[in-house]
Amino acid sequence: MTENASQKAAVVVEQLRAWNAAAVAEVIEFRGDTTIVVPRELLRPLAERARSDGDLQFNLLSDATCLDRFPTEPRFEMNYQLVSIPHQRRITLRVRLSGSDPTVDSLFPVWPGANWLEREVFDLFGIRFNGHPDLRRILLPTDFEGHPLRRDFPVEGHRDTPSASFGIRKNL
Amino acid sequence: MTTVETAIGQAKTMVLNMGPQHPSTHGVLRILLELDGETVVKADPDCGYLHTGIEKSCEDKTYSQAITLTDRIDYLNPLGNNLVYCLAVEKLLGLEIPKRAQYVRVMLTELQRISSHLVWLGTHAIDLGAMSVFLYCFREREEILKIFELFAGQRMMTSYFRIGGLALEPPAGWRQAVDKFLKMMPSRVDEYETLLTKNRIWMGRTQGIGFISAEDAVALSMTGPTLRAAGLNYDNRKLYPYSSYDEFEFNVPVRTDSDCFGRYMIRVAEMRESLKIVKQACDKIPNEGPVRTNAPGIVPPDREKMKTEMEALIYHFKIFTEGFSPAPGEAFVAVESPRGELGCFVASDGSPKPLRVHFRAPSYINLQALPKLIEGQLISDVIACIGTIDIVLGEVDR
Repeated sequence: MTENASQKAAVVVEQLRAWNAAAVAEVIEFRGDTTIVVPRELLRPLAERARSDGDLQFNLLSDATCLDRFPTEPRFEMNYQLVSIPHQRRITLRVRLSGSDPTVDSLFPVWPGANWLEREVFDLFGIRFNGHPDLRRILLPTDFEGHPLRRDFPVEGHRDTPSASFGIRKNL
Repeated sequence: MTTVETAIGQAKTMVLNMGPQHPSTHGVLRILLELDGETVVKADPDCGYLHTGIEKSCEDKTYSQAITLTDRIDYLNPLGNNLVYCLAVEKLLGLEIPKRAQYVRVMLTELQRISSHLVWLGTHAIDLGAMSVFLYCFREREEILKIFELFAGQRMMTSYFRIGGLALEPPAGWRQAVDKFLKMMPSRVDEYETLLTKNRIWMGRTQGIGFISAEDAVALSMTGPTLRAAGLNYDNRKLYPYSSYDEFEFNVPVRTDSDCFGRYMIRVAEMRESLKIVKQACDKIPNEGPVRTNAPGIVPPDREKMKTEMEALIYHFKIFTEGFSPAPGEAFVAVESPRGELGCFVASDGSPKPLRVHFRAPSYINLQALPKLIEGQLISDVIACIGTIDIVLGEVDR
């Protein structure tokens, strides 16, 4: 099963390399999963290719999430889990983003399902998605300050800010 | 607000706030509905009322401690959440699980699927005015919860699956309890169908309501019964078998009508398929054998060994104070929960606490298709559509 999955992924990597060698910056194999590291500028063209090409047909964007490696740089990693239902393949795309400019192209034009996934990442990590139609907070209150899933945000919250107690000040 | 053309001239649409405490939203969900008369023009779901920061809390726990948090994500599928988290950590560690533990995991998650579908069926029916189905569904669900209590000592927040296997040896008398349930349940599923499937009111409230095309469903990342009712055969248990699902024989029900009725039929058929899997698992589970893998320093040693072997005591102490440190890396595992593809992404930086735990919550992602289902429909059908995508708000908000 694991052998099979990585062989399937190797085909995908070859096809994407043949399309544009620069788009496949690095290939990471870990426990039978294949991750393709994509340069930030080429994410959307590669995603479009992966969805529409007849040999790839990654028609389902299963998940998009972020990982914060603070304090190392580039600190953010966006991970996209793609599924091809016709070919029964899975692959992960990864884009590394710096802390000073955490911006990446939205994948909403490619998969409309990216809408809420990217809103969640924006809400909790503060990543900006270019071309997202509705980039608002989704899980947290609109007046919340900061992005709590960043590693430099304490687990217990910033106790002295109004948003920690949802607008109720502590020492009133 | 916008202006719309009506039979008697121009009129303004009305914005109606539905929720966040509406009884039929299965939790705390608010929907902003823009209405033209009784027709929904635009809908904007607003969630986050139950956000408790589970993913953040996991980063402050050791890998084993975080299991108890996963129960609370989808409170109708705690064993499924335990399973996906354990599988992800086991993948990170490269652990192999004994077959006996794998079969017990399969059996219990399938029982969990039936119980989750029962809650869905009961509440969906009560939303549409069929009161009695709710009572029957909860009667049978109680029997499943009794089995969970037998295994884990808990009815709901079981935390029964642990990294490397199971928390406890299956209890004495579990076979009789599951057999009794398996004898009773098939006729009870027939009973629900007698009450609903050919019921004129039920058909009228569900057939042709909440249609979504297969292209839209897959573009919006929908998974689970909703996607299968749209004609796509996508089930992780078949396509990417985990926990020895490839050794079980079952069908994946697929329909093409893609309305509320089709999704109802899919879930009822899934209950019957789950019963088949439980039956097979029951036959497969050996009476003897380990339920935890042998991985010193990761999986706690047997209680008995701790009394005689010094290493066992040291490992026990280390696991419960410091925890264990997987090698740096990331793992993503997807399983089929009652609601769709439940994924877990775990990243390790080589310390005893996870760098990141993320759940791909099927309810959350299916909920974003709600506007697509209800726009252009009547306001009374909004209730049917919320029910039909089977959201659990605990999982939506995490």
